[in-house]
Amino acid sequence: MNDPILSVRELSKKFGGFTAVDRISFDVARGEIFGFLGANGAGKTTAMRMLCGLSYPTSGSGTVAGCDVMRESERIKRRIGYMSQRFSLYDDLTVLENIRLYGGIYGLSRRRILRRAVEILRRLDFRSESRTLVGALPLGWKQKLAFSVATLHRPELVFLDEPTGGVDPITRRQFWELIYEAAAGGTTVFVTTHYMDEAEYCSRVSVMVDGRIRALGTPAALKKQYAVATMDEVFRTLARGAKRSE
Amino acid sequence: MIMRGFMSFVRKETLHILRDPRTMLIVLLMPVIQVLLFGFAMSTEVTDVRVAVVAPHRTEGVRQAVRRIAANPCFTLRGYVDGTQIDAVLRSGEADAVAVFAADYDRRMNALELGEAAGEAVQLVFDASNTNTASAGAGYLQSVLTADVRSGPLPETRLLYNPQMKSSYNFVPGIMGMIFMLICAMMTSVSIVREKETGTMEVLLVSPVRPLRIVAAKMVPYFLLSCFNLATIPLLARCVLEVPLSGNLAGIACLSLLYLLLALAFGLLISTFADKQATALLISGMLLLMPVVMLSGLAFPIENMPRILRVVSCAVPTRWYIEAVRKLMIEGLPFAAVMKEVAILAAMTAVLTAAAIRKFNDKLE
Repeated sequence: MNDPILSVRELSKKFGGFTAVDRISFDVARGEIFGFLGANGAGKTTAMRMLCGLSYPTSGSGTVAGCDVMRESERIKRRIGYMSQRFSLYDDLTVLENIRLYGGIYGLSRRRILRRAVEILRRLDFRSESRTLVGALPLGWKQKLAFSVATLHRPELVFLDEPTGGVDPITRRQFWELIYEAAAGGTTVFVTTHYMDEAEYCSRVSVMVDGRIRALGTPAALKKQYAVATMDEVFRTLARGAKRSE
Repeated sequence: MIMRGFMSFVRKETLHILRDPRTMLIVLLMPVIQVLLFGFAMSTEVTDVRVAVVAPHRTEGVRQAVRRIAANPCFTLRGYVDGTQIDAVLRSGEADAVAVFAADYDRRMNALELGEAAGEAVQLVFDASNTNTASAGAGYLQSVLTADVRSGPLPETRLLYNPQMKSSYNFVPGIMGMIFMLICAMMTSVSIVREKETGTMEVLLVSPVRPLRIVAAKMVPYFLLSCFNLATIPLLARCVLEVPLSGNLAGIACLSLLYLLLALAFGLLISTFADKQATALLISGMLLLMPVVMLSGLAFPIENMPRILRVVSCAVPTRWYIEAVRKLMIEGLPFAAVMKEVAILAAMTAVLTAAAIRKFNDKLE
């Protein structure tokens, strides 16, 4: 793979005697939608926290958006976007105020924030809701807004941690259209999910079991490798062997 | 870029406070209510003590003394009663105190004036079921009666600065000490922990803004609100409770700013121990508010505490703050007189800030 945007080798994280992430190695290509799968407790969240610069790896090496994961966590933070499984906007601020807050946090100028805000509101068809408190929006709308805010500063790479949890299928479908759009615009998307239909939408997926990456490839290749018809079956086959669970 | 991120945060925090009626209520209305409550309702000061008089001979000297009692706004004269009725008057609640004049009052007073030995000229009998009014009232009544006795074996007690023992004088520094702790420590810790609870903290931590700046930005609005209260509480005390604001206002302000920083550091420290808003509230309530109310001298005088509690009270920052503000605000002493308190508070602030920042950074990983 030429010039991957994310590349890690033998990355591990230990908490005392417990190895949450055990020597994982993989690359993510630019513009890819990379699905990061695994059952609860498999070590997904810990791995993702290391990649986002939130926690230091115990051992291993790697780069994220051109920055060293061991030494340059602050630089990583400036170059990535992040949307968490839990809702990441402020309910008691309006749509516009949330956009302005995150714009300010990422150091965008007032004019740029305003321009992006107009773009987002138009894209999501939110124009009449710009002064609505986010708490009053339906969950699906919030998630779409949260994604737009996470990519407000046009990061090269955006991490989505179970972005569609608790959202209905239609809104999930619309959410994935946003992801495709961002990927088509050159943003690399790194996404965790528990929905296997979403795994089918990814360019490539990896499956973590007990802190290790057990499978990695395009959905089509994985299905062929395990001789099954759906990603769901691939996942079940792999997860069945897990010793750890939450 | 850095300042812009910081200011966006300050704005956001301000909006949070403005949009939450409960926070606004606590931060702006509570101080006012506290000042009025302590000042009026919970006062232990001498007001309206009803005094009955027992005087076998109503000589000119006795009448003069009684007139002085009647003329004093703190005492209401309940008239003359018989010596056998003292107990009855107090029990029935018709009077709070009885002044018993000796049969040869004039002679004894004259003897006292000349510095000769003589028995007591007046005996004061108080209903001490309310100890506060009794001791305060007895002291004040005594000083009223002996106002013109310059010498003699009667120990002359003169109550300086606050001769009527108006409790609101003392409550004002106490309330300030409590309110600032409440707003700066409790409110900031709860607001930091709220972000942990809702999950927004994680998103902020992934952002390029440094964690300590996020926290500092959270503190700014609470700090400003406290400054507002710092201006209004003394003003309210001055206008409504007629507490004299003598002395060094700049000194009080400097001292209070130091105390605010201390309270903010406390808040940050608490937030590192709590993962839920309820926990933060509980910790600040038990660890902060209770000692502040009980041991700072706000409600109970430190001098009357048992030795152990007196030692413990030294660790309560509010104690030093209240002492210093009393000196500046009520005694009108110069700033140099509170250097000891300032040094202690500064040291406490330094230690707390260092501990809070260290714990905060540890927790992030």
